[in-house]
Amino acid sequence: MSSKPLNRRALLKSGAAVAGGLTLGAAAPALGGQQAQESHHAPPSWPMIKGNTDKNMVAYGDRSKYVTSVRIAHPVGGRPSPDQFGLTFHIATPLQDSVGVITPSSLHYVATTRGAFMPDIDPKEHRLLIHGLVDRPLTFTMEDLKRLPSVTRLHFIECAGNRSSRAAKNVQQTHGMVSCAEWTGVLLSTLLKECGLKGSAKWFVAEGAEEVKGASSMPIAKAMDDCILAYGMNGEAVRPQNGFPLRLMVPGFEGIFHTKYLRRIKIVDQYYMNYNDFGHLDQDAKVAALDYQIGPKSVITFPSGEQRLPGKGFYEISGLAWSGAARSNWWRCLPTAGRNGTRPSSRARRSAWPLPVSAIRGIGTETRQRFCRAAPTNWVRRNRRAPRSPSIGTKPTIKHSGSQGWTTVFSRGASRATGA
Amino acid sequence: MGSHRMLAFAFVLPALLMGGASALAQGPTYRIGRTPTPEEIKALDISIGPTGEELPPGKGNAKEGATLYRTKGCAGCHGAQGIGGAAPDLKSKDPKNPDLWARGRILPLRAPHATTVWDYINRGMPLNREGTLTPDEVYSLTAFLLFINDVIPEDQALDQRSLPKVKMPIGDKYAPLPDWKPRTKRLPGYPF
Repeated sequence: MSSKPLNRRALLKSGAAVAGGLTLGAAAPALGGQQAQESHHAPPSWPMIKGNTDKNMVAYGDRSKYVTSVRIAHPVGGRPSPDQFGLTFHIATPLQDSVGVITPSSLHYVATTRGAFMPDIDPKEHRLLIHGLVDRPLTFTMEDLKRLPSVTRLHFIECAGNRSSRAAKNVQQTHGMVSCAEWTGVLLSTLLKECGLKGSAKWFVAEGAEEVKGASSMPIAKAMDDCILAYGMNGEAVRPQNGFPLRLMVPGFEGIFHTKYLRRIKIVDQYYMNYNDFGHLDQDAKVAALDYQIGPKSVITFPSGEQRLPGKGFYEISGLAWSGAARSNWWRCLPTAGRNGTRPSSRARRSAWPLPVSAIRGIGTETRQRFCRAAPTNWVRRNRRAPRSPSIGTKPTIKHSGSQGWTTVFSRGASRATGA
Repeated sequence: MGSHRMLAFAFVLPALLMGGASALAQGPTYRIGRTPTPEEIKALDISIGPTGEELPPGKGNAKEGATLYRTKGCAGCHGAQGIGGAAPDLKSKDPKNPDLWARGRILPLRAPHATTVWDYINRGMPLNREGTLTPDEVYSLTAFLLFINDVIPEDQALDQRSLPKVKMPIGDKYAPLPDWKPRTKRLPGYPF
């Protein structure tokens, strides 16, 4: 027991603590120097950052300087990003570095309605108006909203533009416009019940407070099902890029519907064909179908494009799968769900993204079977369309075919094993 | 949980369908929130639906719109003729193509309702000066954009009555959105 203070003293004496410590500053020898001689700890002996002294570190923690994963400007079509106005339209999350299911708020993907500006909203002054075909139009302050019963749920959001292109080289470029966070807020249905929907209410228009006042039409059935007015994200206030102080969550729908800086909801009796809705117009019913419910989709994040495996041997293959209509059996195929013995609530299961991460030997049939049992058949079809076949082992550089199928980063043999 | 939701729907939906009776069926539970005045609602309600019922009084035509297009700075981003600027094109590069969809994603050409054009100019333009255009100016600019896309003649004036009646070339020739319902496992036609 007495060894602890001794060690600590030795450590301090050795000068391993960061220079400039308040009490030891003058007495402590310069950094480096004799520390290797005096410390009897097994090497390596790392420089010690004197924790909790820097005001910034006390106030809001930072990650290790060795963790350098960052977002990138997402190239969309032929449009340069940043564009001629110096505006970055879309920002992609580093999926290749993601651990677990939650995307850190600071790495969450960002899409904007015009690539322009974020409103710098004082939450004390922010109001949400609900009006239109309701018995009682109501205005809510943020304080009002926080008094109401809240829910906390995992939901992914994905941009409709989250598709690969020939130019895309890694998973951040092909699939970086999807993220998953824990969202906290009031159910929209709670507020609509407060307002009292009229019988003619069929659609609602949600509008943000950003400079274009982006607005979208959505079915009232969705509002009454699982939409959330979210003020919390991953345990803190929603970040400005993600819609501070209030955003609409429309679980499973395309990202643009998740209206940021939410300031108004109008209940109407018909599709309003807002500018955002105009963006969904298509002549092909199949493409139109894309807009309202995403997925199911999946992607391997490791190993993936531009990554190198140091050699042959065991590697855990990991990836993400998500669906706007996640079925309950998806979770059962998850190693985490099984191990904990917990089964998430059906609310949580729906449109949260299940994570089929599994330690497997080589290309494990276990994972394949568990995964395929959950995977809809069209996934397999998708995989078949991915003929490019880099291999692990002989050529450790992984190419990314841009397909979302699992098999695309595997060797040919593995591709056959997974039915492609 | 699923069955709870089903229950909620079983009770709420009939209440919704009963219309007037819904006030009785759905009294406020928490009594949180403030009742806005009609003026407050009107000031915030910039949604213009296909019927145009929310349109403010005012009028304008393409000639006035052409002048505004220059003086308000539209040309700076959208190009002098509505083509080739940094911002989205407002006139088709291929206006004679018999296939409307091949003429490009041009708002004042492809939008199913002229109200969408009015709504977006009013809410989102010009860049950094959103909300500064008067209703007359928005009517004029809408008329100008519809004119350069051969949707209306140059001398046609638009106002709150005539704008929603403008026949847009696309008509109803676009794919309907899928009829989304709770617990839809897969949207019909989902391609992947």
